[in-house]
Amino acid sequence: MLDSNKDALKLEAMKRIVAMIARGKNASDLFPAVVKNVACKNIEVKKLVYVYLVRYAEEQQDLALLSISTFQRGLKDPNQLIRASALRVLSSIRVTIIVPIMMLAIKEAASDMSPYVRKTAAHAIPKLYSLDPEQKDQLIEVIEKLLADKTTLVAGSVVMAFEEVCPERIDLIHKNYRKLCNLLIDVEEWGQVVIINMLTRYARTQFLNPNINEGGGGDKTFYCSDEDEDEDEEKEKKPYVMDPDHRLLLRNTKPLLQSRNAAVVMAVAQLYFHLAPKAEVGVIAKALVRLLRSHSEVQFVVLQNVATMTIKRRGMFEPYLKSFYIRSTDPTQIKILKLEVLTNLANETNISTILREFQTYIKSMDKDFVAATIQAIGRCATNIGEVRDTCLNGLVQLLSNRDELVVAESVVVIKKLLQMQPEKHSDIIKHMAKLTDNIQVPMARASILWLIGEYCEHVPKIAPDVLRKMAKSFTNEEDIVKLQIINLAAKLYLTNSKQTKLLTQYVLNLAKYDQNYDIRDRARFIRQLIVPTEKSGALSKYAKKLFLALKPAPVLESPFKDRDHFQLGSLSHLLNAKAGGYQELPDWPESAPDPSVRNVEVKESVCGPARVCPVNTFPTNRHSSAPPLILISASSEPDTGSGSESVSVSVESGSPSDSEESEESSESDEDEEEEEKEKKKKKKEIKQMQASESRARSKPDVSFQTIAPSSALKNYELLHRITGEGLSVEYCFSRQAFSPDANMVAVQMHFTNNATSDTKNLHIEDVKLQSGMRVKEFAEIELLPAGEATTAVMGVDFCDSTQAANFQLCTHTRKFFVSIQPPVGELMRPVFLTENEFKKEQSQLMGMNEISENLTLDAKCRNEHAIVQRVTTAANLSRVPCGSDKECRFAGKTVTSGSLVLATVATKDEGAAQLTVNCEKMVIGTMLVKDLLLALTQ
Amino acid sequence: MLYIKTVGAIFFRFTYGLTLYDGIYFCLRVHRSAGGSSVALLPFWRQCWQSAAEMIHSLFLINPTGDVFLEKHWKSVISRSVCDYFFEAREKAVTPENVAPVLQTPHHYLISIYRGKLFFLSVVQTEVSPLFVIEFLHRVADTFQDYFGECSETIINDNMVVVYELLEEMLDNGFPLATESSVLKELIKPPNILRSVVNTLTGGSNVGSSLPTSHLSTIPWRRNGVKYTHNEAYFDVIEEIDAIVDKSGMTVFAEIQGVVEACVRLSGMPDLTLSFVNPRLLDDVSFHPCVRFKRWESERVLSFIPPDGNFTLMTYHVSSQNLVSIPVYVKQNISFFDSGSSGRMDITVGPKQTMGKTVEGLSVTIHMPKSVLTVDLTATQGNYTYDLTAKVLVWDIGKLNPQKLPTLQGSLSIQAGVPKPVENPSLNIDLKIEQLAISGIKVSRLDLFGEKYKTFKGVKYVTKAGNFQVRT
Repeated sequence: MLDSNKDALKLEAMKRIVAMIARGKNASDLFPAVVKNVACKNIEVKKLVYVYLVRYAEEQQDLALLSISTFQRGLKDPNQLIRASALRVLSSIRVTIIVPIMMLAIKEAASDMSPYVRKTAAHAIPKLYSLDPEQKDQLIEVIEKLLADKTTLVAGSVVMAFEEVCPERIDLIHKNYRKLCNLLIDVEEWGQVVIINMLTRYARTQFLNPNINEGGGGDKTFYCSDEDEDEDEEKEKKPYVMDPDHRLLLRNTKPLLQSRNAAVVMAVAQLYFHLAPKAEVGVIAKALVRLLRSHSEVQFVVLQNVATMTIKRRGMFEPYLKSFYIRSTDPTQIKILKLEVLTNLANETNISTILREFQTYIKSMDKDFVAATIQAIGRCATNIGEVRDTCLNGLVQLLSNRDELVVAESVVVIKKLLQMQPEKHSDIIKHMAKLTDNIQVPMARASILWLIGEYCEHVPKIAPDVLRKMAKSFTNEEDIVKLQIINLAAKLYLTNSKQTKLLTQYVLNLAKYDQNYDIRDRARFIRQLIVPTEKSGALSKYAKKLFLALKPAPVLESPFKDRDHFQLGSLSHLLNAKAGGYQELPDWPESAPDPSVRNVEVKESVCGPARVCPVNTFPTNRHSSAPPLILISASSEPDTGSGSESVSVSVESGSPSDSEESEESSESDEDEEEEEKEKKKKKKEIKQMQASESRARSKPDVSFQTIAPSSALKNYELLHRITGEGLSVEYCFSRQAFSPDANMVAVQMHFTNNATSDTKNLHIEDVKLQSGMRVKEFAEIELLPAGEATTAVMGVDFCDSTQAANFQLCTHTRKFFVSIQPPVGELMRPVFLTENEFKKEQSQLMGMNEISENLTLDAKCRNEHAIVQRVTTAANLSRVPCGSDKECRFAGKTVTSGSLVLATVATKDEGAAQLTVNCEKMVIGTMLVKDLLLALTQ
Repeated sequence: MLYIKTVGAIFFRFTYGLTLYDGIYFCLRVHRSAGGSSVALLPFWRQCWQSAAEMIHSLFLINPTGDVFLEKHWKSVISRSVCDYFFEAREKAVTPENVAPVLQTPHHYLISIYRGKLFFLSVVQTEVSPLFVIEFLHRVADTFQDYFGECSETIINDNMVVVYELLEEMLDNGFPLATESSVLKELIKPPNILRSVVNTLTGGSNVGSSLPTSHLSTIPWRRNGVKYTHNEAYFDVIEEIDAIVDKSGMTVFAEIQGVVEACVRLSGMPDLTLSFVNPRLLDDVSFHPCVRFKRWESERVLSFIPPDGNFTLMTYHVSSQNLVSIPVYVKQNISFFDSGSSGRMDITVGPKQTMGKTVEGLSVTIHMPKSVLTVDLTATQGNYTYDLTAKVLVWDIGKLNPQKLPTLQGSLSIQAGVPKPVENPSLNIDLKIEQLAISGIKVSRLDLFGEKYKTFKGVKYVTKAGNFQVRT
């Protein structure tokens, strides 16, 4: 039929052949007949021929070469689909001779106009690489070129190629890092997974450990113990400043936690787990718990990862404890993993609930699961001292269970528990001794015998009796029980030789002729050791010490402990063994490599870290079509605190500069009419806005200045008049005591109603705060007539952190999401100290609490007056009198906790100076240093 | 001096088996300090990176009797004997669900999913994110479902060529290429009767002849030029109650999971905005890629350009602070007697918090202990079946009448000579309440932008029991 000239017949024939291939039958002898049809005009026939070719070309290399010219022709076809598919098939044919042709084709396709073809080229790279690794250098060049591609279609595929061909060439990523971060949300799901995994490794080599001050990754005990306590300390000590690029990565991956694709969620989760500061890792818990509703295979993988995470970061999953409760319909492997997670989550507060759950599990019909539950109880008992006795009692009750497996497992676990405090529990040992008559499971019998032998002093009467019974049944026992019988005999012989001498001899004789050489050896060894003869050397004197030495109690550990050295979410992590091609997650560098390598010379402003720039145009772009988000942008206040926080957090598509840029950078090949309209509309808006802004600037607001105590106070925008539909709000930190609550920072808000209608019922709603923070709202402003302005003061307790206070500003018609983020300098209030007091306090805040920096003062700021003014502008500190004119000293206290903040600026020759800040709170100290440096040098 | 450093590092690596990372870091340093010197390291790298990641190698479809009925290789062929390791694991497991999804064999790793009584078994050779593979396999199964209406052995056998073509398009060299159903449907048209008739007559094909536009358009999930005479958009808000109720009727754990399924048939490029009356109820959400996350974050509205046809718009979880109302209560008494190898069972179901709606589709499923031989029960409403081999009792009640509560009672006979079961079986409840979202979530409005035609809109609410278990 293949020779027929009717397409329909050919098609039918090809369909049958493909069905054969699909069923795994050999169709290779048809190769010559099929390969001629490669040039067939019918697309469907062609496609099927391609399928056939790719499958069998490797086996029939010579014949396959016949088809090559067709593909070469296809590569030049004007239709991009044909170009792409030709490249795809060409690169899939695993014939070494055509390597040069493939190389050429890939190079050409990499600069194709169509992104689809470029994507195919990226796919072809690993194929060629696996065919001929010698081509690596050339392929890397292609990868480098494709990495620079700006379309989302290509990004995922090229990173995939990068990972396969040259994952070690991290230097190729530098220039593309920011672009990849920004593109990420629009890349297709599978590409996202690959990119996120790659960026995780990248970040590990390029940024500093954000948790470095909490003991870093090495200090595990710190994580395990008192999770709650250090949660509080978290904000206080963080003299570490996050690289803005690091922050960019974390910020841009976070929305992907909401992806419908479990693999993407997992990838983000592992990224956060490995890269985020401890306080932020918590966000992934919710998303991971959500995955537990998915298919059981997904659950299986997620639970494995959760189990590892719970060991290090228990607190994260504690709120979701109940989501890990087990249902009788779960598959066994899921049950056991959930059990593992529950055990890891157990602590003093929730142990009673967990134990109650465990009690229902013990009754399950699934015996493997019951055994695992008993072990879990044992682990809870060892980890949490308070419940040890309860657990032990519960387990002892299980000893009377009818199911032998349950009893056996309990015995093993009880044995482990008893080893911790044997003296208290001799009655349990007695009880267990009785069980030897009934229990048949070897492991359990062995455990009981060991227990009796080890603590024979606690049960002096029963022990010999047990030995007697065992000696009777010795020959019928399993090997491990036999060994323990010998062990018991030896121990009894040493402690109570009067009663057991003969029994021991008897047992040893039996063992001497046992079939198992291990047992024979053991018997011989023990006989020599414990039975004194002339020949036995000095060793027998110490026999008792040898046998009855105090043995350390076993530590019941999670099998998931230390698994986190594998990258989470990886196959290696799941198997707890290194899979082929696994790439170790690098440790954090000790000092950060040069961050400037990521700077892109061209269009710096577009790709800069401070802004997420819209990459696509209107219809798809999920950022730019979003309404403007109101945030304090970095550009307006370069001296805001910590660097990590100060980078503006989102796109403000309403702001003039951004939207203009988006127009410039928008790709010209997309031309939808609406878009044009949209642009025009935007432009108009922008013009209006700029005009109004310039007006506003030229006319200083008089009423405002009379209220503000110092003209140095800086105003921040809370709500722009465009987004606020005529209502604009500015705020400043008035630096006055907030009378209702001394622990709050007073924030003075200035409302202006630019709209034509009145605004009513201005008030605050839905305040979202970090834990510990509080807000005292201003009284509702009932009416703000059109064109008028008013002020109100609200108090915010920032808890001495620069975390933003987010809330909704509500009018009678609308709600606006706004946030106030304080510069660190506003988190303190001045205190008045004398020089001596200052010196005394400073001497107590040395070492870790002192941060010094050398700086060169700005040319305009070399006299004392200028320094004082700049420092007091940047931070709410008061000057401390000082004898030397080379030094300026300032003092303040943090608003919430009242920790002292001392700053000293010592000037030297030619504008050189040293800035020293002493503060108990290291985070505040570091951020303040940064701010003051900025203030003094600019 | 630099040379010494280089040699030293390699030596160090070999002797101490240092991690990969040390190598990279070193390489970077050299690179920066002396330009091209990293080139000297390349032959060394080549050795190390020869076997890089390559994702999914092959796929086998296995039917319930343990036969491979389809295989597809994206790289060189792997013998199907690799499946033997899987069959071994399958035999050990009690039920198909209990097979571990990831297996290790000497040369390969097997990652499998169980869907519609079939195993999708993929072979990978190197490190890969297991979830990546699992998620992809599920996507393959979803695609089959989407194309053929169901995902079973017969249907796959009937459409072998289309299936094979689909697999070819979905994965290239083991890396996913096109998984969006809209893109695939343009590449390979789903079979339907009309087309198959036309194709036989005209010799036409079911392979798309033009380039899929959405593949290239900036919206991968929607193609250009969609046209309908009737424009309509329907949304189904389906909520499922997951709960564990203990013996005494106390709720151990309860939560609500919801999903918004959409069926959108709109022409052109519509831009939709769906808003809720009470979005704050939603605690955790996940979206179809079309939803603009920023809009959700700032305004709590779903703004999206929808895919064409049916799709899952979002799934959500209702915040756990809100108390979950449990629509039914179950009074049960199951006991096994010590003597006489029998037991009694008495179950009554009644309405609890149904918000004035009727509970429909009520059924109770009980997995009996293995020793229960037969059951002799009478139901006041509905009927029951007992599967003797699987030991599953299903009581199908139907509509719940609050005036006359349905009960099921009678005796159970137990295998003689076997100790009575330790645990009472737990009851799984299934139910459906129409026109009610149990969490109280409500869609407030749907707005259409970008197109100027009238749209027919509709929202439907359904509450179902998800994983609703009563312990006894």
